[in-house]
Amino acid sequence: MEWETVIGLEVHVQLSTNTKLFSGASTAFGADPNTQACAVDLAMPGTLPVANEQAFHNAVKFGLAVNAEIGKRSVFERKNYFYPDLPKGYQTTQLAEPIVGPGYVDLQLEGGRTKRVRIHHAHLEEDAGKSLHEDYHGMTGIDLNRAGTPLIEVVTEPDMRSAEEAVAFARQLHNIVTSLEICDGDMSQGSMRFDVNISVRLKGEEEFGTRTETKNLNSFRFMEECIALEVERQIDVLEDGGKIVQETRLYNGETKTARSMRTKEDSNDYRYFPCPDLLPVIIDDDFIETVRQDMPELPEARRERFIKDYDLPDYDASQLAGDRATADYFEATVKACGEAKLAGNWVMADLAAYLNKEEIGIAQSPVTPVMLGGLIARIKDGTISSKIAKKVFEAMTKGEGDADAIIEKQGLKQVSDTGELEKMVDDVIANNQAQVDNYRNADPAKRPKMLGFFVGQIMKASKGQANPQAVNEILIKKLEG
Amino acid sequence: MAIASSDIAKLAHLARIAVSDDEVGQVTERISDVLALVDQLQAVDTAGVKPMAHPLDATQRLRADQVTEPNEREHFQAIAPATEDGLYLVPRVIE
Repeated sequence: MEWETVIGLEVHVQLSTNTKLFSGASTAFGADPNTQACAVDLAMPGTLPVANEQAFHNAVKFGLAVNAEIGKRSVFERKNYFYPDLPKGYQTTQLAEPIVGPGYVDLQLEGGRTKRVRIHHAHLEEDAGKSLHEDYHGMTGIDLNRAGTPLIEVVTEPDMRSAEEAVAFARQLHNIVTSLEICDGDMSQGSMRFDVNISVRLKGEEEFGTRTETKNLNSFRFMEECIALEVERQIDVLEDGGKIVQETRLYNGETKTARSMRTKEDSNDYRYFPCPDLLPVIIDDDFIETVRQDMPELPEARRERFIKDYDLPDYDASQLAGDRATADYFEATVKACGEAKLAGNWVMADLAAYLNKEEIGIAQSPVTPVMLGGLIARIKDGTISSKIAKKVFEAMTKGEGDADAIIEKQGLKQVSDTGELEKMVDDVIANNQAQVDNYRNADPAKRPKMLGFFVGQIMKASKGQANPQAVNEILIKKLEG
Repeated sequence: MAIASSDIAKLAHLARIAVSDDEVGQVTERISDVLALVDQLQAVDTAGVKPMAHPLDATQRLRADQVTEPNEREHFQAIAPATEDGLYLVPRVIE
């Protein structure tokens, strides 16, 4: 039997506003518990919510980025349930008339495949506080700093057919919200959280299977692992003649296991109704136009521009345009050296490896785009070889100055002087008579490969500073002449 | 629309309202009366009428995104039954 996986996502995106969705309390991360929870957030009697304009601005920005209809009339509803980190006894959210209507995101998958994932809608809502289950004398500690923080919940159609597609969508969404600067994208701090709806069906079947929902995944890796695990579990159950129970599940990334949290029977009946404390919000064309003026270039448009303007291969363009900070860095480097392909290679290879090792973001790189551009310019004009450039780059990461200063101080300038190089070539030829004879007796077609040995010897003798192109020319002349 | 006493028990639980076994019958009867009124309303033809989100014919004024609320934790926690390390303490909840 061949099975097909069906995946839909619900993504909570924390909006980077200064204040809460319905109060003027700060949303700054890392404050002492409950120091950013005001009377509205605590649901003190007599308090009333007032909606934050910036949250609407951010939500509309997102809507425009995913080609969605903007809900010009936006209504808040109460979703009723009891939990100590939700002081009001309901979450203020949207249901029938959300701020962002149907839209879509196009994904670039491996092998040049593209895929469209439809967005069902995205709505504005408030986050809950945090429950700390460490032992407080058998009690639970509640921190309400996060209570009331604005979120958009993005709900997709069940359009994804594999973990690969789901993760590609999640990454693309991450790129979009960080490029728009509506969310800091810091998943380790819960700025983006994913709920994954998974079902399987026999290939060719029209109807969806019963789905389960795994909540609160906060990394792309966990998402991939959890989907693989759940798909395997569902197929096992069905192939053994069992039935999938509609339920909410939790994935533990440490132990790589999942467990059922609650089944549908005892799931909450939220008894939604329009919130009488909040009037409908009307978004007019002027508001939407103001937001449109504020839109940056999106990753997909930037990727296409990189291919067109810089003549970059597809793969390079996708890698460089995906994340805004990387794309900005790359463009600043190109501006400094005028060499797009080389700049791209350095950003994706040496710089990325260094940042990875140091576990820092590109914005914290001690090597600025101007410094990297300066290094690339010296490769281009033949002052240093690519090999020596790696050495210079390493010195730059250690704060030893810019490329020119390091090349000067360490005497790394490439030897292109023909007289000096000729002498080196003569020495190598004199000291390796056997290899020279081999070369001269060899089939001319095989000679280019054999040349490597001599080049290597010369590089060693010159400590890597000989200009490889010049060495090649002189060698061929002397060996064949 | 008929409502069973089991529905009342479920709703009471969801709303965290204590309804004792003795009261369930009476509450069921009273809510059934209310629902009978709702049935009359349901009979009205509302095709083409947009659901009302709010009785006032006005729209929400939005607030500028500026911090206006200072830290008043001590003030709020003075009336809390139990606090520690700045946290509100509540009976243990485990999901």
